[in-house]
Amino acid sequence: MNIIVCLKQVPDTDSQIKVAPDGNSIVTDDVKWVMNPYDEFGVEEALQIKEKMGGEVTVIGLGPKRVTESIRTALAMGADKGILINDPALENSDALATGRALAAAIKGLDYDLIFTGQRGVDDDMGLVGATLAEFLDIPQLSIIVKAEISEDGKSVKVNRAVEGQTLVIESSLPAVITTQKGLNEPRYASLPGIMKAKKKPLEEKTLADLGLDPSQVGEGARKLKIMELTPPPQRETGKIIEGETPEEKAAELVRLLHEEAKLI
Amino acid sequence: MAKETLFKGGEFLLKDALPEEVFTPEDFSKEQRLIAQSAEEFGVGEVASRREELEDLNPELVRDLLKKAGDLGFLGVDMPEIFEGSELDKISSALVNEFISQGVSGFSVAYAVQTGIGSLPIVLFGTPEQKKRYLPKLATGEMIGAYALTEPEHGSDALGAKTTAVLSEDGKHYILNGQKQFITNAGFADLFLTYAQIDGTQFTSFIVERDWDGVSVDEEEKKMGVHGTSTRPVIYQDVKVPVENVLGEIGRGHVVALNTLNVGRYKLGAIAVGSCKLLIAEAVKYAKTRIQFGKPICEFGLIKHKIAEMVVKTYVVESMVYRTAGLLGLALEGIDPAKEDAGHKTGEAIRKYALECSINKIFGSEVMDFVADECVQLMGGYGYIQDNPIESAYRDSRINRIWEGTNEINRLLIVDTLMKAALKGELPLLEEIKKVTGELLSLRPGMAEEEGVLAKEKNMVAMSKKIGLLSAGAAAQKYMEKLGGQQEIVALIADIIIEIFSMESALLRTLKKVEKEGEDSSQIQLAATCVYVNDSFAKVDLLARQIFAAISEGEELRTQLMALKKLARHTPINTIALRREIAESIIPVARYHLTKV
Ligand SMILES: Cc1cc2nc3c(=O)[nH]c(=O)nc-3n(C[C@H](O)[C@H](O)[C@H](O)COP(=O)(O)OP(=O)(O)OC[C@H]3O[C@@H](n4cnc5c(N)ncnc54)[C@H](O)[C@@H]3O)c2cc1C
Repeated sequence: MNIIVCLKQVPDTDSQIKVAPDGNSIVTDDVKWVMNPYDEFGVEEALQIKEKMGGEVTVIGLGPKRVTESIRTALAMGADKGILINDPALENSDALATGRALAAAIKGLDYDLIFTGQRGVDDDMGLVGATLAEFLDIPQLSIIVKAEISEDGKSVKVNRAVEGQTLVIESSLPAVITTQKGLNEPRYASLPGIMKAKKKPLEEKTLADLGLDPSQVGEGARKLKIMELTPPPQRETGKIIEGETPEEKAAELVRLLHEEAKLI
Repeated sequence: MAKETLFKGGEFLLKDALPEEVFTPEDFSKEQRLIAQSAEEFGVGEVASRREELEDLNPELVRDLLKKAGDLGFLGVDMPEIFEGSELDKISSALVNEFISQGVSGFSVAYAVQTGIGSLPIVLFGTPEQKKRYLPKLATGEMIGAYALTEPEHGSDALGAKTTAVLSEDGKHYILNGQKQFITNAGFADLFLTYAQIDGTQFTSFIVERDWDGVSVDEEEKKMGVHGTSTRPVIYQDVKVPVENVLGEIGRGHVVALNTLNVGRYKLGAIAVGSCKLLIAEAVKYAKTRIQFGKPICEFGLIKHKIAEMVVKTYVVESMVYRTAGLLGLALEGIDPAKEDAGHKTGEAIRKYALECSINKIFGSEVMDFVADECVQLMGGYGYIQDNPIESAYRDSRINRIWEGTNEINRLLIVDTLMKAALKGELPLLEEIKKVTGELLSLRPGMAEEEGVLAKEKNMVAMSKKIGLLSAGAAAQKYMEKLGGQQEIVALIADIIIEIFSMESALLRTLKKVEKEGEDSSQIQLAATCVYVNDSFAKVDLLARQIFAAISEGEELRTQLMALKKLARHTPINTIALRREIAESIIPVARYHLTKV
């Protein structure tokens, strides 16, 4: 079973995000970049399947050079190969262009299954899995919390959580699965893993290598335009209700909800 | 990287290194960053998330976490691969120490012992059989190690231990009798790396297994801090230790004990860096949200001063620790861990940097204490209240000035090591002292207006070295081999040496960064270096004055002070403005931001 995991690098959720002066991007100077947490589920799932069924796990990232660090992390966790799609023309690509580039890189590979995160925690778009499946013309199984490969490796049974119920879907392979929290508990990269990762192949590809035209990607090809980014409003400091007894505090709470918050 | 240079231990006092000759955190390789990151992930995910459970001693959880760390290779960082270790370079192993514990002492202390003093004696001095038998288990966490040196009557004076070892009649065992005191991990350790006197005079190291008859532990100590750690007396009553378990050579236990401590000492510096960074983040976050007089306290000058001081000092320890790790790495290059003499060579290589190791220990533990103390102060009453992790960090920090050789003992060691190196001819110290003394008459007042990045600071460091040589030289000349008896003077000399190493480490690091990345992106590093060197230089001047005043009088004293005045001349800079700049740069990001890992 050969598995491909698509990987996006996103700002660490602990990072302080500042809107850039242009009003529609963020300041990236002080940002700490990490693997999109949903993609970690993909890496872990791929590794578990590989450990059971054999085969190879290839990680594909798209973005500037720094993305190799996240690819290396995936290699250190146990993936076998890495590919970085890196081309200046790709900057500011939307989900459609990203899917197009990923598909172009994947097309020539021998694969049975592809994982992407159900969304990137940076812009929460949640579209790349779908565009990728479309370009490759294979089924997409989105927001999956459990995946079971059939013994013959020809099909997959997946679970999606819907409104407290579970939807079980079966699909032929190859397919794209987008991962949801709960799928697994990603492992840490071990030190021997990190040492081994150094020697694992990591290829870099440009648009030309993929046979794509710069006009198909990047800012110019965007179907979606980001008009404006605004930081969330400053949270006001909370209020601690004073009072001697629970009764007094409750009365004060009711008064405040009524008079100040005007909720009741 | 190719240009990093192997200096001798203590050589920094005599020779100015070039920036490209030292290792700095800006030189971390991708690999090293990845290792740091994975240690941090483990620390955040597995350790910090259980901070409360680890607040009081929880042996099962500690063992469990050590095992998990072992599975990922974190326990074997300094062990050779052929014995199931991860065999990391010294920079990586320092990074793991910096990041893995996330300030949780219940884990950090057990981890430091397991990977340091509780296993290194075997790594460094074990026979191939001992290594095969114990290292793989120590690397996985199946066995927990402890280091049992201190005795009730012998702490700093550990080599005078009372525990006895007597060879059995059949020559197969040593019979151990005695008691060890304050042994970390004792509550759940499987292995005690311990020390005893054979025939009352031959101080020797032994590997003792917990299960053996006659080995027992007493009750847990109730401590000021590090409540999540186990500290107990260990008692040996007619313990039969097979002769194969003698560690190192008979009568050379001090070699095992001291070299192990050397490594422990510089690693303590790395742990200090990690703790300081976490405390800084907490302090800044608090200062941004605490409103007094209608505004966040981070807007007050005095709070900015505190924040800047924490950042500056942390930057300096960090510079020093990784410079030292780089040195040790170079010194250990080419030693084949598979060879019989590997341990011996390693010990020998590390011994040469005992001085730097002691400086890291002293400076690291004192900065950590300073940062913890200021963090409490910045939080006011809330910093004093339990449940605030800062309160325990403050108590936890205190032990570091006591163990691994008290800071007093380490100060004495610095000067002792230096003098011995000089006498052995390993360092041309006396020649340099003569040279500086000779130069004095012709010396023009220093601090001509120099051009270039940190030119003034460079000059101050160079002058500090001269001041150090001059004052140490004068003291040595006066007391000769009896200098050791003048502890106060020795400690003053040690303090000058510490200031020189710390100033220079920050200076070289910043210069290297500026050369590589330019001035624009190094503003805060430049400010931090200026602040530190300016303050430190004034301190060096004062320390030297105290030395001269204590050893000389009359005309001689006047001449010495005049020379000092020439060397110490400088125009102070506006450190208030620089500190504000430093504080204002960190407040928006709310975490230590001078290093990219
Ligand atoms: C929590 C904890 C954990 C520990 N873990 C371990 C462990 O795992 N293994 C282990 O072997 N030990 C351990 N120790 C012991 C520790 O290393 C010793 O406490 C330390 O070395 C100091 O020894 P002491 O307490 O006997 O103090 P002393 O040696 O009695 O020192 C008392 C004071 O006198 C000063 N002093 C001593 N000699 C001189 C001198 N020649 N000149 C000037 N001043 C001097 C000291 O600096 C100190 O200020 C631990 C201690 C504690 C508290």
